[in-house]
Amino acid sequence: MDSRELAKRIRIHTLKMISSGGSSHIGAAFSIVEILAVLYNDILKIYPDNPKSDRRDRFILSKGHAGAAVYATLAEKGFFNIEKLKTHYQDGSDLCGHVSHKGILGVDLSTGSLGHGLSVGAGMALAGRIDNKKHRVFVLLSDGECDEGSTWEAVLFAAHHKLDNLIAIVDYNKIQSLAPVAETITLEPFSEKWKSFNWAVQEVDGHNNNLLYDTLNNIPFYKDKPSVLIAHTIKGKGVSFMENQVLWHYRCPRGEEFEAALKELEAR
Amino acid sequence: MRDHFIKRLSELVENNPDIILITGDLGFGVFDNFRKAFPKNFINIGVAEQNMTGVATGLALEGKIVFTYSIANFPTLRCLEQIRNDACYHNADVKVVSIGGGFSYGALGISHHATEDLSIMRSLPEIKVISPCGYWETTGATEAVVNSPGTCYLRLDKSAGDDRPVDKNEKFIIGKARILKNGFDCTIIVTGGILEEVINSSAFLMSEGISSRIVSMHTLKPIDEQVILKAVEETHIIITVEEHTVFGGLGSAVSEVLMKYNYYPKKFLSIGLKEGFSSIVGSQKYLRKQYNMDAQSIYNQIKSLLVN
Repeated sequence: MDSRELAKRIRIHTLKMISSGGSSHIGAAFSIVEILAVLYNDILKIYPDNPKSDRRDRFILSKGHAGAAVYATLAEKGFFNIEKLKTHYQDGSDLCGHVSHKGILGVDLSTGSLGHGLSVGAGMALAGRIDNKKHRVFVLLSDGECDEGSTWEAVLFAAHHKLDNLIAIVDYNKIQSLAPVAETITLEPFSEKWKSFNWAVQEVDGHNNNLLYDTLNNIPFYKDKPSVLIAHTIKGKGVSFMENQVLWHYRCPRGEEFEAALKELEAR
Repeated sequence: MRDHFIKRLSELVENNPDIILITGDLGFGVFDNFRKAFPKNFINIGVAEQNMTGVATGLALEGKIVFTYSIANFPTLRCLEQIRNDACYHNADVKVVSIGGGFSYGALGISHHATEDLSIMRSLPEIKVISPCGYWETTGATEAVVNSPGTCYLRLDKSAGDDRPVDKNEKFIIGKARILKNGFDCTIIVTGGILEEVINSSAFLMSEGISSRIVSMHTLKPIDEQVILKAVEETHIIITVEEHTVFGGLGSAVSEVLMKYNYYPKKFLSIGLKEGFSSIVGSQKYLRKQYNMDAQSIYNQIKSLLVN
C-alpha cells in the first residue's frame, strides 16, 4: 500500500468514526491525513509487533482533537484491529475523542489540551541525546495551538539545546475553532518567527505526498537545529463541501452529508 | 529543608545517573555544587514552568527520574495542567518540588504564599503528596520519591520542626505517618514545618497536665488512615494543624477518613487559614501569629476546645 492509498483509507475510517460517534473535528482530522500517511508509511521507524521498541521514532499528536485520524492510521498499520475503530467515541470505549495512550498501542502521548506536545517531545528528544539513541521525535501541532504561550516556551528550549532530533510539523490549515487564524490571532510572518527562534524551517504543500516525503526524508534540515515543517493544508481536505469551512471544525456529518462525503472519498 | 533535599539528592545521583534536576531559574546559590558535580544531571530551563513540566514528562517517559524545582506556587499552580495531563496521566516519574510552603516567603506577598497547593495537588489522580515536617523527613522523602514510581509532589518549607526519630533505624515510608510524641488526652495531626509550633503548644499543654499525641502526617496522599482511626479510639479528640487553607488540605483529608469509616471523635478542630488572601505581609513567624497558627494560639484553641 502506498501513502496515497493509506491516506484514502484513513479519511474513510475517520469519516465513519466521527459520524457514528457523533463527534466533531473532522476538518482538523482531514487536514493532517497526508502528513500521517507519509509519516507512518515511509518515514517513521515503527514496530507494530513491538510497539514500545526503544528504537522506534516517537510521534506526538499535539493537536489531540484530530485523534480519530491517528487511531485510523495506527489500525491500518497493524497496531490494533481495524474493527476496534467502530468503538471510537462510544460509551465505554478507550478510543477517546482526543488521543489517549491508555489501552491503545502505538500512542506515545495522550493529548487534548493544546500547547503540551512540543514540550514533552523536546524532553523525549533531550533524553534521546543524553542516552546517545538514534530515534527521532516528531510532534504534529495545529496552527491554533501556536496561540499557546507554552508552545513558544518549548520552541525556545529546543533551539537553545540544539535538539536536531526533534521535528515539529505545523498543520497550517489557517482556520481555527471559531474563525480564520488571520482574523483571530495572526501568526504571520510565521516562517520568520520560527527562523528567528533558531529553528530550521521548511514549507510544503501538506497534501502532496511526494513533497512531504522528500522533505521529511531529509531531516534534520540543518545540523544542530530543531526542524519545523510548516505544512500548508486545507481544513476538511478531501470533501468538497467541508474544505476551508469553519463550520466543519465542530459539525458532525450525518445522513445525506455523510453519504455525500463517503462517495467523494471513495472516488478519490 | 531545601539544603537537606539537595544534599540527599546529590548523594542519590551518584548512584543513579538517570536522576535529572530541572529548575525554573530559581535557587540562587543552592545548586552550585550539584551543577559542578553533575553537569549532565542539571538543567536550568528558564522561567517557563509549563515547559519545565512538559520536558520533565518527556524525559521521564524515556526512563529518567526528573525533579522539577521552583518556589511557592510556580512549579504547581502555574503548570497544573501539565502536571495533571502529562505527568500524572502517564504515571511519569516526575517529582515536583516546591520550596516555600505556607508563609515561608511571607514578606513577598500573595504571589509567594503557597497556601492552596496541598489541596489542589491532592485532588489530582495518581499523585503522591508529601509535606515533610522537618529535616529528617525531608531527607527520607527525597530518597523515597526517587524509589516511588510515578508522579510525586514534595512540599518543602523554610521552617522545620524537630522530627528526629527515637529509633535510629526508622525508615521514612511514604504514606506511613509518624507518632512523634505519645499522648492520651488529644491528638494533634500536623503537616509541614509548622510542627515547630505544635511541639511548643504540646509542651504548654503538658505543663498543665494535658497530654497530647503529635502525629506527623508527612504524606497527605495516600493518607495513613490507621493512625487517624487509632487516634480517635485512644484519644477521642483530634486537632489538625497546617500552614495552608483549611479548604481541602490536611484537616479535610483527615475528616474524609473519619467520615469514610464513621468514626466520630468527641471533638474535632481544624487549624489553618480561613477564607481570604493575606494582603498583609511579614515573616513566617509573624504571619502565623496573625492567623492564629503560632504555638500560643494553637495552645489557646486546643485548651478552649478541651474545656468547653
